[in-house]
Amino acid sequence: MGRRAPYWLALPGWIWLGIFLVVPIAAMASVSLTTGNLIDGFAQTLSVSNYSDAIAKYSTQLVRSLVYGGVATLLMLLLGYPVAYWIAFKGGSRKSMYLFLLLLPFFVSFVLRTISWGFLLADDGILFGTLKGWGLLPADFHVLATTVAVIGGLVYNFLPFMILPIYVALERVDPRVVEAAYDLYASRLDAFRRVVLPLSLPGVFAGVLMTFVPATADPVNAAVLGGTGNTMIGNIIQTEYLVNSNYPTASALSFTLMAVLLIGIFIYARTLGTDNVLEAAAR
Amino acid sequence: MTEAIPAIELDGVVKEYLSHGETVQAVKGVSLAIGEGEFFSLLGPSGCGKTTTMRMIAGFEEPTKGVIKLLGQDVTDVPPNKRDINMVFQSYALFPHMNVWENVAFGLRRRKVAESEIKRRVGEILEIVDLTGREKRRPREMSGGQQQRVALARALVNRPRALLLDEPLGALDLKLRQHMQIELKRIQREVGITFVYVTHDQSEALTMSDRIAVMNDGLVEQLAGPREIYERPASKFVAGFIGTSNLLSGTVDTINGSSAVVKLGTDDRILVASPAAAGETVDLTVRPEKITISTEQPEGELSVVRGTVNEVVYLGTYNSYAVGLADGAEIMVFQQNANDSSVTAERGDTVWLSWQPQHSYAL
Repeated sequence: MGRRAPYWLALPGWIWLGIFLVVPIAAMASVSLTTGNLIDGFAQTLSVSNYSDAIAKYSTQLVRSLVYGGVATLLMLLLGYPVAYWIAFKGGSRKSMYLFLLLLPFFVSFVLRTISWGFLLADDGILFGTLKGWGLLPADFHVLATTVAVIGGLVYNFLPFMILPIYVALERVDPRVVEAAYDLYASRLDAFRRVVLPLSLPGVFAGVLMTFVPATADPVNAAVLGGTGNTMIGNIIQTEYLVNSNYPTASALSFTLMAVLLIGIFIYARTLGTDNVLEAAAR
Repeated sequence: MTEAIPAIELDGVVKEYLSHGETVQAVKGVSLAIGEGEFFSLLGPSGCGKTTTMRMIAGFEEPTKGVIKLLGQDVTDVPPNKRDINMVFQSYALFPHMNVWENVAFGLRRRKVAESEIKRRVGEILEIVDLTGREKRRPREMSGGQQQRVALARALVNRPRALLLDEPLGALDLKLRQHMQIELKRIQREVGITFVYVTHDQSEALTMSDRIAVMNDGLVEQLAGPREIYERPASKFVAGFIGTSNLLSGTVDTINGSSAVVKLGTDDRILVASPAAAGETVDLTVRPEKITISTEQPEGELSVVRGTVNEVVYLGTYNSYAVGLADGAEIMVFQQNANDSSVTAERGDTVWLSWQPQHSYAL
């Protein structure tokens, strides 16, 4: 009994996952292969063409989502790494306060935060309206309903998920190891490139996963900040489900997105897997 | 060594920290010169400033006051990566993401040494520390003793002017530690590099060092060879910190030429070869193994005290006696079990303790 106790303790968690993850996914997989409509009802026809039709129809949005998600993730990495580094190494006794500040936006709902970005970026809002009033910006300058606004919103909303895992990884780097690098004639840049950065890569890896996946699938930012020309795949899935009640297409799109993300993650893990990068850094 | 330029020279080095708004002096003014090729130890209890002193030599801390010279050159403001000194860290601080070879080659690569030269020197040093064949291992796949030797090789391969070692054997078990003490001494002889060894373990310092600086409370209490430190401690602190010491306190009774007679109890007299005025109170020390224990009053020009045996402990190579004196002080006596291990006196017996006058001195 003693040795098995951990397994029994894990059982409720497994049951939870089974009911709320596996069952809905299986149900959705089944729906994605049906044909029909809301009025006549849906029938299971194992129609694989749902997938090819959906992909053909929405490939633009799918590719756009991946590009937006990718660019946003890259920006988050560039913005987030220095913040995580600064908190981990220069935060001193105020580290927990900085981490709290980082999480503070989460006390306001995700949608509300995005809407307030809409206010902020509005053509004649507090920011641009004032600047235009001062003549610092041309009258036709606008950000809202552009790609910049959508990616900016994604970066803003998911940035903490990039910073936190990198911070955790940096926090675990033994300062003596960094000192050892200096002691062995490494410059500041060398010590960072060859020791600190490689040792923080597991955090970077986790941060990229935790931001790229939700950013790519996110419907809120594109809907609130993007206007008509920046629709992402999340918006399509939402519309197909909630507006058009086209459940098979929506399900097929969801699975396509999931498959693309999983394949992307697999390739990412293989090529940028920590071992390969560490090997390069050791040279 | 008088004419030669010292490998490392500290002149009036002070280190102050700001802790909770208060200035704390970790090092209160240390001046010392370490000769080339010397095995030099900084010995003291934790918090005595030995580690801070070493970190200043390495360049990780900047002295608040004073000058640090390396082979006559002022390096006080030189950052650690530009100092020709390497360090072996207490917890080894090996690069966890690199294998043994890469760890050892790190310094040479930063110095842009040619690959063929790196290959030769890394191979050579791994042979010296007996790690040939383990080049591809990662630090976490190695035992503490092996990691220790990687750390040593990683520093030595650069052929630094001096090697700093921060309690490098602290994490090893006793057997391995004793083995590594001998190894370190051998390696130091082989490479001929100045070693600065920081430790709180007095036996370690005594075993390996050419000279020892005993530190206490941010200052050097005594700087001398191991024998002198042990035989002639310069202060109460040194006497107490190094080995077992009996500290006695008495009044100078008479002065007899160059030696004074110190009275403890009624029949006791201790001969001290130091000039002190009659009537003065002096502290003196005598090592337990210098004392002879007997049941009859000994004859001759000896220091003699009488007491009662409080405790006898058999310790294999020697017997240890705790003898209580009339004034309440207790003296430890070690008696070698050279011929047989039977004890001279039992608990409660009255005994005479005697020793040669040169073995006790006023502090």
